[in-house]
Amino acid sequence: MFAFILSRVLQSLPVLFTVALISFAMFAYVGDPVAIMLGQDFTEAQRQALVKDLGLDQPFWVQFATFLGNAVQGEFGLSYRLSRPVADLIAERAPATLELALTAATLALLIGVPMGVYTGLYRNSWLSRFFLTFSLVGVSLPTFLIGILLILVFAVWLGVLPSFGRGDTVKIGWWSTGFLTWTGIKALILPSITLGLFQLTLIMRLVRAEMLEVLRVDYIKFARARGLPNRAVHFGHALKNTLVPVITIVGLQLGAIIAFAIVTETVFQWPGMGLLFIQSVNQADIPVMAAYLLLISALFVTINLIVDLLYYAVDPRLRIGRGQGAH
Amino acid sequence: MSGQNPLLEVRHLRVEFPTRRGTLVALDDVSFTIAAGEVLGVVGESGAGKSMTGAAIIGLLEPPGRIAGGEIRLDGKRIDNLRYEDMRRIRGKDIGAIFQDPLTTLNPLYTVGRQLAETMTTHLPITPAEARKRAIGWLDLVGIPAAAQRIDSYPHEFSGGMRQRVVIALALCAEPRLIVADEPTTALDVSIQAQIIALLKSLAREKGTAMMLVTHDMGVIAETADRVAVMYAGRIAEIGPVRNVVKQASHPYTVGLMGSIPPLDRRVERLAQIDGAMPRLSAIPKGCAYNPRCPKSFARCAQDRPDLLPAGPTQAACWLYADGEGAKNV
Ligand SMILES: Nc1ncnc2c1ncn2[C@@H]1O[C@H](COP(=O)(O)OP(=O)(O)OP(=O)(O)O)[C@@H](O)[C@H]1O
Ligand code: SF4
Ligand SMILES: [Mg+2]
Repeated sequence: MFAFILSRVLQSLPVLFTVALISFAMFAYVGDPVAIMLGQDFTEAQRQALVKDLGLDQPFWVQFATFLGNAVQGEFGLSYRLSRPVADLIAERAPATLELALTAATLALLIGVPMGVYTGLYRNSWLSRFFLTFSLVGVSLPTFLIGILLILVFAVWLGVLPSFGRGDTVKIGWWSTGFLTWTGIKALILPSITLGLFQLTLIMRLVRAEMLEVLRVDYIKFARARGLPNRAVHFGHALKNTLVPVITIVGLQLGAIIAFAIVTETVFQWPGMGLLFIQSVNQADIPVMAAYLLLISALFVTINLIVDLLYYAVDPRLRIGRGQGAH
Repeated sequence: MSGQNPLLEVRHLRVEFPTRRGTLVALDDVSFTIAAGEVLGVVGESGAGKSMTGAAIIGLLEPPGRIAGGEIRLDGKRIDNLRYEDMRRIRGKDIGAIFQDPLTTLNPLYTVGRQLAETMTTHLPITPAEARKRAIGWLDLVGIPAAAQRIDSYPHEFSGGMRQRVVIALALCAEPRLIVADEPTTALDVSIQAQIIALLKSLAREKGTAMMLVTHDMGVIAETADRVAVMYAGRIAEIGPVRNVVKQASHPYTVGLMGSIPPLDRRVERLAQIDGAMPRLSAIPKGCAYNPRCPKSFARCAQDRPDLLPAGPTQAACWLYADGEGAKNV
């Protein structure tokens, strides 16, 4: 088991290295940080001092090595825009994004899976048809439009939910959470629906397709022929066999949720990493952008690892036979 | 039949598939009985309706297929019109089923022990601990070596032959009185087919379980079955005691099937090939469905459809026996 995890971690290193290289290349080729940081009036001496300070006089690979070394220690330098350590900025913003993404993913799973099972089992019922039609909306409407529509209905017309911000938050150590206040929870509702709707419909359609597939296979027929109750056949035998593809997609989608929180955070002015990233892009705040990209890729790698481990837990065929080799 | 109800009685069974192009009749007027402890072999070319008959009996026809007529009785009680939940209680408990491919009939995500135990606790009033004990007993009985250790193994850890043994244990573990075995050895290595049939036969005999055994292997039929039903295009062409059907068939189709039986000292392994093909369900000819291929066909054959008629020791759906004498003039 440990060897498996280790090999997966090693396999992901090239990916992380490549992303690091790309992030770093932005420093070298996009914008001129010195010009940005100095503003309009400066002397040549000031400029040279800053260049030296930022290590920009060093050769590319030395700069990259320094960047990597710092990144491993969570050190991404100063934001050009805010002149504060990037690590601090990210730590400040991460809880907002992670809580939003987690809520969205949970909604998508808790609603998407049962809807998928239902539409798979009763594919001709009118409720299934309704779910499927509804899922087309989730798949085809762009996220920002869904967000704006929700704001229009629930914030502008009905006035029951806030249209922007996180509401009140509570500090637990360095983590600020919105889960513990009423306004915090209310503020989460519209953004998490906006963010999770696409994944919800995706999961529903996936589970439905997998259920339809699995319900036709021989071992389900045999389970019925053994007289097992429907509940055991549908949930014990069929649903469990749909889990491997579902875990794969959900894992990938969780990464996507966090990455695409950018749009939702912009629509709802949600003070998370996505908003930070967009603001940084506008001002060519390279250190923040680099850190964000690295963080997101590290997240994807971690999620992939967890997905692999879940495969192991679900499917015994993957567990055994490594040593024995025989099948 | 000695006045008593046969264990299974299928009467005038008709199975239809509604399609966009009209209704297909997959089974038409199929009637037969199976007595307690009896083995009925079912043979016929691919598409004749053998699996369909089995599926109708266990109440698992695939929609849109449905029973459109006739009745199926178990112990004299109708089971073809039961609600799903009532029929479910009969499946596994009174009628077990064995499918063709053991590689796909076991759920890959559960141990064989769990699958056995869940079948037993569904139908029998026993505790999970007792079920587990019995599961080991069943694995042992079907010839899995070191059953106590293998009980927590997953299906993929067994060979094909061993998996079919597990399937047999699963079909028998709630002690049903009838087993529907649909080509239980077709997917297996030739070298282990005989072992599996022998196991099935001895267990059925030991437990007094009746069996509907679908197979293409005439050798298996000759060794295992008490009676044989020959199916053609969704109907029974001939049915009777095994030695009569195999050695002195009455229906021209059966004769064709057995026809190219080589000299007596060689066993009949496979059904013989007959010229032409069985008609598709959408194009079953008028009159006797076999008439375009039948060497004995005469005028009436293209007009009316024959029902099963007494033909010596067997019954055959053929106008050659319309005189009622059962004369064997083939
Ligand atoms: N879903 C369906 N819709 C329409 N016709 C079907 C359907 N399923 C099966 N059939 C038809 O029903 C007939 C009987 O099929 P069945 O599977 O019982 O044949 P079989 O005798 O078991 O053949 P084999 O030896 O190949 O297993 C076939 O002609 C088949 O084409
Ligand atoms: S009824 Fe006629 S066509 Fe049909 S099997 Fe008998 S002889 Fe042949
Ligand atoms: Mg078949």
